[in-house]
Amino acid sequence: MNSRVGYVAFNTFREAVRDRVLYNLIAFVLLLSGAAILVGEVSIDIERLVVVNLGLTAVSLFGVVIAILIGIGLVSKEIDKRTLYTVLSRPVRRWEFVVGKFFGLTGTLVVNTFFMALGVLLALLYVAHKFEKMDAWVLVALYFIVLQFLIVCALALFFSSFSTPLMSAVFTFALFVIGSLSDDLRGFARITHGTAGGLATAIAYLVPNFSALNVINQVAHGDAVPGRLILYNTIYGLLYSAMAISGAVLIFQRRDLK
Amino acid sequence: MNLVATAVLFLSLAGAMATLYAMDHERWNSAAQESLYLRSPKVLRRLSLGYTGLLADIYWTRAVQYFGEQHHANSGDFRLLAPLLEVTTELDPKLLPAYQFGANFLAPKPPSGAGLPGAALELMLYGVAHNPDQWRLYYNLGFLYYIEFKDYAKAAEAFRQGAALPVTNEFMPILAARMAQHAGEFDTARMLWMTTYQSIKEPRIRENAVEHLLALQVDEEVTQLEHVVAKYREQFGRLPGSMSDLEHAGFIRGMPADPKGHPYQLMADGRIEVADPKDLYFITKGLPPGTAPPQPPIEPPATTDSK
Repeated sequence: MNSRVGYVAFNTFREAVRDRVLYNLIAFVLLLSGAAILVGEVSIDIERLVVVNLGLTAVSLFGVVIAILIGIGLVSKEIDKRTLYTVLSRPVRRWEFVVGKFFGLTGTLVVNTFFMALGVLLALLYVAHKFEKMDAWVLVALYFIVLQFLIVCALALFFSSFSTPLMSAVFTFALFVIGSLSDDLRGFARITHGTAGGLATAIAYLVPNFSALNVINQVAHGDAVPGRLILYNTIYGLLYSAMAISGAVLIFQRRDLK
Repeated sequence: MNLVATAVLFLSLAGAMATLYAMDHERWNSAAQESLYLRSPKVLRRLSLGYTGLLADIYWTRAVQYFGEQHHANSGDFRLLAPLLEVTTELDPKLLPAYQFGANFLAPKPPSGAGLPGAALELMLYGVAHNPDQWRLYYNLGFLYYIEFKDYAKAAEAFRQGAALPVTNEFMPILAARMAQHAGEFDTARMLWMTTYQSIKEPRIRENAVEHLLALQVDEEVTQLEHVVAKYREQFGRLPGSMSDLEHAGFIRGMPADPKGHPYQLMADGRIEVADPKDLYFITKGLPPGTAPPQPPIEPPATTDSK
């Protein structure tokens, strides 16, 4: 990695992990994972299912909130703190700044996910008393969740390169909701014809496909995740993030920061 | 000022908790307030943003709590049970406990269940259609046909399909054969409850299976003893005066006792009764005339709020 990108990434990571809001959100996920044990007890025969479903859903949703919160501050925070000018006055190119930011935030998200996942796995161990072979698929679901965070974070960075933090958060969250319904959107596109059909198809393929990244229910039942899906999701997640980051770089290059 | 603020804080907290308690109490007494605002699984599926597994778990827990509350209140009103189970299974068609226990909630007559065998059958058929590799669902379907509908042909077919699966239970082919022959009612019922006991981990269901097995034992023993009394009457031209008469005549060995250890009572009219009917749930024989089969006590649900 370019050393300047690495430097920006390291500093972004260091700054992000200092944010107390993140700790609160992680603590909340850990609490929810613990609560899943209790929920399983007031129901019948779904202790493991509840722990996996509630735990992974909490990791996913709170992680998305974390990804949006840390991703929308690309320019505004740096301008507020006057640090952007200091960084850009040095031999750091704008694209290096954006890419470094993305890597730093990605590192933060991976570390956060690690701690949240630890809570889920401990809760799972508590209800099942031991790990089974099928629990390995929970790790695959967590990997997909991390890919989901990469896309959300990249989108938040993209929107924050030209918009205010509030609007960036709204745009990113809206895309997250639409992307979560992308299966329905593609289904709608398939049954629509003419110009509307073409438009629907274009939108369906343009919005991020979060449906394929959500295998929580599947792994909760201990079902295997096909290797090809893992490969496709990895390629898709990396390409979509790269696309959003490239867009952010293009806009940020032209942005007047005075 | 600090003292006032502290006092206000604690008083407000106590007041809020008391209000909540009063609200809960109102809700507990009014089953009419129970409602299911969203009945469409399709709408719920979209609203869940793909997190359908968690939503299905929540709806299943609601169904369990709803059934527990209505059962405990002895209201006999289970109109939300079938829709709750429908939403649950459409959100997660692989949620096996919802079929296994849901049908068990729906089918039996009140007070044990909702008395909706048709809805239970619909639920089981949906479960089998979406989980054709699960022998337990075929077992539950066969059980339902046998117990609730007395449809031996369909029960045999369900057990046969379950027996043909790569992963199945050793009793399934035997059950299929027995259903096809209509043979040995006691043995068949015993095998069904044994399979339930062996295949389910849930303690309450296992206890229920044990009680049914004990009841079957009592029903079978009472039937046999009454048969022995009839034979004695045939041979001696009178009814035996006590169990000892049967023993001395060589019809029985020792004093027969029920599974709880209480000796069976020989009544003056030749009937056999258990010593303490309240101790043996679900028995249909050995009861004083006009007595309904005793039911286990209704336990309160785990929580009081199903909303």
